[in-house]
Amino acid sequence: MANKIERVPVREQDPKVRATNFEEVCYGYNKEEAMLEASRCLNCKKPRCMDACPVGIKIPDFISEVLKGEFNKAYEVISEDSSLPAICGRVCPQETQCEGSCILGVKGQPVSIGKLERFVADCHRENSKDEPTPKAPESNGIKVAVIGSGPSGLACASDLAKMGYSITIFESLHKAGGVLTYGIPEFRLPKKRVVEKELQSLFDLGVKIETNVFVGRTVTIDDLMEKEGFKAVFVGTGAGLPLFLNIPGENLNGVFSANEYLTRNNLMQAFDEKADTPIFHAKRVCVVGGGNVAMDAARTALRLGADVTIIYRRSEKELPARAEEVHHAKEEGVKFQLLTNPTKVIGDENGWVKGVECIRMELGEPDESGRRSPQPVAGSEFIIETDALIVALGTKINRLIADTTPNLDTDKKGRLVTSSETATSRAGVFAGGDVVTGAATVILAMGEGRRAAKAIDRYIKERY
Amino acid sequence: MYKILKKEQLTPLIFSMEVEAPRIAQSAKPGQFLIVRCGEMGERVPLTICDFDPKRGTVRIVIQIAGVSSNKVCSLNEGDSLTDITGPLGKPSDFMEFTPDEIKSKHYLFVAGGVGAAPVYPQAKYLHSLGATVDVIIGARNKDLIIMEEEMRKVCTNLFICTDDGSKGEKGNVTVLMERLVNEGNKYDMCVAIGPMIMMKFATLMAKKCNLPIIVSLNTLMVDGTGMCGACRVRVGGKTMFACVDGPEFNGYDVDFDEALRRQTLYRKEEQQAAAAAGLDFLVRK
Repeated sequence: MANKIERVPVREQDPKVRATNFEEVCYGYNKEEAMLEASRCLNCKKPRCMDACPVGIKIPDFISEVLKGEFNKAYEVISEDSSLPAICGRVCPQETQCEGSCILGVKGQPVSIGKLERFVADCHRENSKDEPTPKAPESNGIKVAVIGSGPSGLACASDLAKMGYSITIFESLHKAGGVLTYGIPEFRLPKKRVVEKELQSLFDLGVKIETNVFVGRTVTIDDLMEKEGFKAVFVGTGAGLPLFLNIPGENLNGVFSANEYLTRNNLMQAFDEKADTPIFHAKRVCVVGGGNVAMDAARTALRLGADVTIIYRRSEKELPARAEEVHHAKEEGVKFQLLTNPTKVIGDENGWVKGVECIRMELGEPDESGRRSPQPVAGSEFIIETDALIVALGTKINRLIADTTPNLDTDKKGRLVTSSETATSRAGVFAGGDVVTGAATVILAMGEGRRAAKAIDRYIKERY
Repeated sequence: MYKILKKEQLTPLIFSMEVEAPRIAQSAKPGQFLIVRCGEMGERVPLTICDFDPKRGTVRIVIQIAGVSSNKVCSLNEGDSLTDITGPLGKPSDFMEFTPDEIKSKHYLFVAGGVGAAPVYPQAKYLHSLGATVDVIIGARNKDLIIMEEEMRKVCTNLFICTDDGSKGEKGNVTVLMERLVNEGNKYDMCVAIGPMIMMKFATLMAKKCNLPIIVSLNTLMVDGTGMCGACRVRVGGKTMFACVDGPEFNGYDVDFDEALRRQTLYRKEEQQAAAAAGLDFLVRK
């Protein structure tokens, strides 16, 4: 029986060593390991993993190709549904999606689907190095603008380019990739080896990018459509503004949003002494939040030499971060102060952070999200001494696009309202990713971008 | 790449550059700012927009050497290029919403501190061109820091110069002139102060004393300048605002200047170390 084989462990950098560098933590499978792991898949008739994948990757099919050693075929199978497998294999929350539904997981360990996906994508990239760059498809001359070069924009641009559209991506920062570039750290998602390669394959398809264009300020959607001849626009601008704590002391020197901290380190390369952008070097750092961004900030601070504590108001079970990130953070020495919520940031006489007052929490009844809602324990306040506080509590929408585009409907939170087919209230304007859903995952954003590409194609064919 | 078409040295430490940036030249409005970056390891440096020419597709920036990054920008010459320019960022000045008729009857007082004359220029130019009465005070520590005097004279009704040491214009700081102009019976509808944070703080205190409404333009720390990082947050009217998307211009009465001044010092240590390492000894405080 195939499932008698234990899940093949993946090789990783030693926690003590990696806590001091920014190299990728996980080495991934080699061919033998991948084929052995692939042999564990039961090839279910009704694959639950596939249903649980937000983009419906034909998981058993690609795994059986891996088993046969047909890695390129495996890549083709994945590519039918995903445009960024090297990235999703690394950053998807597999334990709540594909792997969380794997039948093997009922009694033992699920198939390591994420690691197999990553292997297939990495293998394809390594082996296709010497092949000539595929020729860009013949252009149909119809211009479509994609706003934002994060996961949803990249996926949308890629699909439309393959259909022959002439795509220009507008990116507000100086570098492409969105959250893949400014947000997710190198040790989890290598920039040169993975992100830039994915971007390059997009440019090879003939996709153009204009960086330093902040749509809404530099140019408006109306300008793009009326003056620059874009027949349709996809808005994939992401979630926007970081949330802060709304407690006393949140503007003291030493309180940062995780977005700022990560942007300084990832986009601006502040970890490199050759970089001009400074980053705050603290001896002790507290990070508030329990999601992937909190883990990324905590592990970045650790690598910059700090003693790091994560403060989270629920218990370990409720941590929304990927299980692997929590596990890695612990291995590296990040401390967890669970069932705890900050109530006040305490500053010294010059206004620099010296501690954070917290209150203990207990879990009450489940709230509308299904998670048990944390309640403060009266009188349980205590102080954690720290030199910096990094806030990773999520984001809210930047309303700039909505405010500068007449008749573009938003909901109360400022998210763009779309039909099931990603169309906004403005003809020719489509949207997807965090700007529609609020903060979510790379794979969901990518899926939305691909759906939008189909919708844009239909819209244009009906009209032109 | 964004080519530098013209470079001028205005004072020993202040330079003016006209740079190719067609999209920004098309869309820039008074009150907005931009971000430049120089080199692949370069910092994103927020700068005010001094002027813009949609026809030529150029923007003019005025920059003072204040650290390693501004020194890098200032070391570039005509024909060189900036690696990146993003903008225009932030909201345009409030008066951009007024009709020309409304503007015609207005009396404005601009207070420019040092390099703050640069962002005052497009505002004064716009209002003056529409017939507003525009008085401008340019103040600085000494005559070497006074810039754009002749250009400013052409876009305002009355120009006043003052220096702390009396080396040019009147001796004293801008608040002394503000108070005198008000006491002389000038009825201003609005004062706009742009310059170092500390100057804007005291200009606001003086405006309060004179019962004069005042707008200030906050030069906070920033990284992306698009609302993504929150490094620029500042307390305005008791609420946390982002200077990059909610500003940069705010009602001076509402700004917590002491917090803003403190937040500007966040990377002082790193900036000083970098300046020392780069041999910019004149920037290192002993």
